[in-house]
Amino acid sequence: MKILVCMSVVPDTTTKISFTDNNTKLNTQGVQFIINPYDELSLTRAIELTEKHGGTVTVANVGKADADAVIRKALAIGANDAIRINADPVDGQYVAEQLAHVIRSGGYDLVLTGRESIDYNGGQVCGLLGELLSWPAVNVCTRIDLENGKAIFERDIDGGRQTVTSSLPAVASAQKDLCEPRIPNMKGIMAARTKPLTVVEPVAVEFASTYRQFETPAPKQAVKLIDAANAGQLIDLLRNEAKIIA
Amino acid sequence: MTGIYAENSEGIFKKSVLEAASYASRISNGGVLAVCIGQPKDGEADKLAQYGVSKLIVVDGIPAFDSQAYTAEITKIFSANQVQHIVLANTYEGKTLAPRISVAMNASLATNVVDFPDTSNGFRIRRGVFSGKGFAIVELNKTNKVIAITPNSTELKQNPVTISIEHSQAAAHQINTEITATSKAAGKIPLTEAEVVVSAGRGMKGPENWKMVEELAELLGAATACSKPVADMDWRPHNEHVGQTGITIKPNLYIAIGISGAIQHLAGVSSSKVIVVINKDPEAPFFKAADYGIVGDAFDVLPQLIEAARASKN
Repeated sequence: MKILVCMSVVPDTTTKISFTDNNTKLNTQGVQFIINPYDELSLTRAIELTEKHGGTVTVANVGKADADAVIRKALAIGANDAIRINADPVDGQYVAEQLAHVIRSGGYDLVLTGRESIDYNGGQVCGLLGELLSWPAVNVCTRIDLENGKAIFERDIDGGRQTVTSSLPAVASAQKDLCEPRIPNMKGIMAARTKPLTVVEPVAVEFASTYRQFETPAPKQAVKLIDAANAGQLIDLLRNEAKIIA
Repeated sequence: MTGIYAENSEGIFKKSVLEAASYASRISNGGVLAVCIGQPKDGEADKLAQYGVSKLIVVDGIPAFDSQAYTAEITKIFSANQVQHIVLANTYEGKTLAPRISVAMNASLATNVVDFPDTSNGFRIRRGVFSGKGFAIVELNKTNKVIAITPNSTELKQNPVTISIEHSQAAAHQINTEITATSKAAGKIPLTEAEVVVSAGRGMKGPENWKMVEELAELLGAATACSKPVADMDWRPHNEHVGQTGITIKPNLYIAIGISGAIQHLAGVSSSKVIVVINKDPEAPFFKAADYGIVGDAFDVLPQLIEAARASKN
């Protein structure tokens, strides 16, 4: 079983987001970068699957050299090797094209992504890879298992869950509840230093989109406080002042 | 002509589909073509017509959802009708299909879109990024475009037209995925589409106290949600968890009870139109993001709210 885990490097969840260069770039000053939390679930599940069924886990990232420290963390958690495609991740479509190029020559049985990255929130790469590779793609999975040469997924649907059996190769994206993310131990951290991290150059791809500008949400007006002894008044305010309920 | 994929929820077109229709109708300069897979119930096509859909093509012959077969049929119809702009709702199904359709149609893809495009200088859309902590203005460079809009983000405006309905028989597809079980919570409002959300956190002290939360939600026609610690402790199912690593929502009204308002939680709810915070700690950071606040104990405040909501209903 050869599994590839696609990994984004994102600002830590506690980051206060601001922008620089005339609001065209994320202000990275003081920002800690981490493995995208959903990709970390994919990675952990991939490792669990190879522990049970044998095989290898490769992580792939589209990024520049500053991503290497975070990629090493994925190796410390337990991936066997890593590939970094040496380019800025312009958008989801660019990233997927680069990953698809690596996957085509890699002979993978299963490719995992996160449900979305917590920075660009595209949720695109799983489906894009599916179509680029002509593979089935199952999105937002809370369970990923392998049985009799097939994959069993449980995925979120609007208002519920669904179990799906899929042929391999396939691509799937991870949702919370898939597994408990693993924390690297000292042995893993030591081993990660010498595990292979291959850097490859990107293929030429037309840019489908261009990020022009960023904005932060408009600041809120001061809160209107209601006395707790007269809390029922809130319902009246919501109806007649905010006009937000019927 | 602009196209929409009309997600068919057991024969019903939900509000998110009507929003896609309304959006497509506003950006189109020559009618809106909707593609739906499987027969909609009687009267449902008229709902689409109210929001500007001039033609509906119903695809017959695909018994269950398979993203490859669906994509092949949808793109076949859009290509044959020279559709360049395709609008979908950013639901689980929409998010699964939008990327595939963009590849099949060589289109630029924008998901999580929260506003109508600005076409004064290229084709620019506004989309949510950094999990509710920011927005990005993105130019879509390709002639064909696939736009997945976030529910409750864009104006739903009627534009009644006459609709024609055609049927298209699906080709024989190799089906790679098989659905073996489906479980749905009956009668519940999907969190992402709910206009009112009542959410609670650790301040509720235990799962047994959620009856009050559910009662208030029912009176307000609201969906229920929760904070991350509550989902992590299994007090509530994870699909109710809103926040940076949970679901991002933007209801008209968000009522947070016993949630302090960590930055990760705010990220998932800060786009709500009106936020109400109920917390016994006056220093809770959530009050800074709130429109209305009550400093008080949930066990004291909630019964009053339930009573007031019930009284005003009668």
